[in-house]
Amino acid sequence: MGLEDRGIAFLNRIAEKAGYMNEWVKVREAETSPDYGTLPYERKIEDHINHGVINLDKPPGPTSHEVVAWVKRIFNVPRAGHGGTLEPRS
Amino acid sequence: MVAQLHENVPRSRIEEVVELFKGRIYQKPPVRSSVKRVIRTKTIYDIEIVDVQDKYLLLRVVCDPGTYMRKLAHDIGLVLGIGAHMRELRRTRTGPFREDDTLTTLQEVSEAVYLWKTSGNEKYLRKIVLPVEVSTAHLPKIIILDTAVGAVAHGADLAAPGVAMLTKNVEVDNTVAMYTLKGELVALGKALRSAEEIAKMDKGLVAKTTRVIMPRNVYPKTWKTKNAN
Repeated sequence: MGLEDRGIAFLNRIAEKAGYMNEWVKVREAETSPDYGTLPYERKIEDHINHGVINLDKPPGPTSHEVVAWVKRIFNVPRAGHGGTLEPRS
Repeated sequence: MVAQLHENVPRSRIEEVVELFKGRIYQKPPVRSSVKRVIRTKTIYDIEIVDVQDKYLLLRVVCDPGTYMRKLAHDIGLVLGIGAHMRELRRTRTGPFREDDTLTTLQEVSEAVYLWKTSGNEKYLRKIVLPVEVSTAHLPKIIILDTAVGAVAHGADLAAPGVAMLTKNVEVDNTVAMYTLKGELVALGKALRSAEEIAKMDKGLVAKTTRVIMPRNVYPKTWKTKNAN
């Protein structure tokens, strides 16, 4: 399989896993160069962490903000964020 | 969520009232709120009564982001005429994330990082940390040519000739995710045209870039600059 096919297959895989389906329309024939970039699941571990997300089961108690601070420290990364809170001050 | 009713009510009555809250509802943000306190409309896509035990009501609610569940529980109590308040709340789904095998705990995260740092074993870490692309798995998608990646990664809007393929569900004003042909997330944007239109265009802008994710130097610059020779 070419790099393009593996890239598209990856996008289809993650969409399906999330309960969605990609219906593609091909507009232009295209190839991608192996000289730069990488398949998302083949990133070096450091890049993988810097461009990663975790589906985290936050314990009740600490706020999302606090948990983000911990995660940031555990991974020792410059930036981290979260996807949203359920209530004010949570 | 678990709501506690302030008095016992027959289940049939609860079912009737819960039904009223499906669809468009009005909500004013609570006093302690980070957003402007004006009445907003939110859509409740579904409310499932999972269980009723005595005064406790277990509900599964599918709603717009930013819908206040505590308010919903309170309002259900008001309509029932006996009052109610929220006791517990858990998010079971958000965008592409759900309670599946990717759901992890702080404990597991910290152990996986420890293993990697002490023994170089990446296996567990790669199970827990997902590629950033996963967070956009639910969005309409546009795949762009290698030659367009550099510009979009610098914040440029996407033009028609840069499009390789796209999903049929791209509509005007949609948030769209733009990827390389390798499947790497480049940026998020707002679609300016529908998929059908974009497929036929050979010039003009098709998406406004709103948030760049890919570092600028991963793909080469392909556009001309004044000082180039």
